[in-house]
Amino acid sequence: MDVKAGLFYVFSALLLFAAFRVITARNPVHAALYLVLAFFQAAMIWMLLKAEFLAITLVLVYVGAVMVLFLFVVMMLDINIDSVRQGFWRHFPLAGMIGALIALEMAAVLMGGFRLVGEPKSTAVVGVVAEQVSNTRELGKLLYSEYVFPVQIAAVILLVAIIAAIALTLRGRKDSKHIGANEQVRVKAGDRMTVVKMSATRPAQPLLDAAVAVAPVEGEKKA
Amino acid sequence: MILTLGHFLSLGAILFALSVIGIFLNRKNLIILLMAIELMLLAVNMNFVAFSYYLGDMHGQIFVFFILTVAAAESAIGLAILVQLFRNKSSINVDELNTLKG
Repeated sequence: MDVKAGLFYVFSALLLFAAFRVITARNPVHAALYLVLAFFQAAMIWMLLKAEFLAITLVLVYVGAVMVLFLFVVMMLDINIDSVRQGFWRHFPLAGMIGALIALEMAAVLMGGFRLVGEPKSTAVVGVVAEQVSNTRELGKLLYSEYVFPVQIAAVILLVAIIAAIALTLRGRKDSKHIGANEQVRVKAGDRMTVVKMSATRPAQPLLDAAVAVAPVEGEKKA
Repeated sequence: MILTLGHFLSLGAILFALSVIGIFLNRKNLIILLMAIELMLLAVNMNFVAFSYYLGDMHGQIFVFFILTVAAAESAIGLAILVQLFRNKSSINVDELNTLKG
């Protein structure tokens, strides 16, 4: 067994342990931290497979961004752990059976079908020695020549995700006296001042009646 | 003993099965469900990278790149929905999300 195989088994064992703890951890914060460990081990395995750019990307994007987002959300929400853990072990027999079935079937088919594919072929283009070609360079060449249009679509998807996430969580202040700029620009002089037509003098009769009604009350106050 | 493609594919299969078990076990906890989905995507990506290495084809890694993009967008929107859900219902229990049942 060479060094590479040994490293593969170490990383796989850690990865599977971390994944197991993610789904069984009592505290969601612990689950998020174990998920970080799982992503890290996966990145190491991708390093073994000579996919250096993707391994670094996995660490940067997932460990650096997505998992921090997960941790923020987990800590922001006040979760009652006991209520969400209800029925955890009740589902375990069914879940274990289905999981074991999936794993055994897939492993049997894959080990049977791909055991012979042992010799990796070079990912380099024809005419270039495999060891001298950088993985990032090859990926970039493909990405910006053959896959330009999908890259644009991915950029649009990220933009949509940004806008959707902000629009979903944005909560305006209820007590702010903010006025929209477009309303301010569109305002006319007529909206600010209105001229009301009314007569110059008021009718005299109601005023007299009011004075008579008020007078005794004032007298009482003075007394 | 030499590492074959089958080793990596089996690792992906076990990882996928573990996340399926996780979805069954944590039926009520929406955050752990999202984490299990991330693990599933990781298992799929593992298969893509392994095939890319053993078959000598860079297109598999390109596909992983796009899956990473979409997964990041998905988790961002999913967590935003989760936060909004918790503000409105004060709970992330999946069983209580039955207002659309009619």
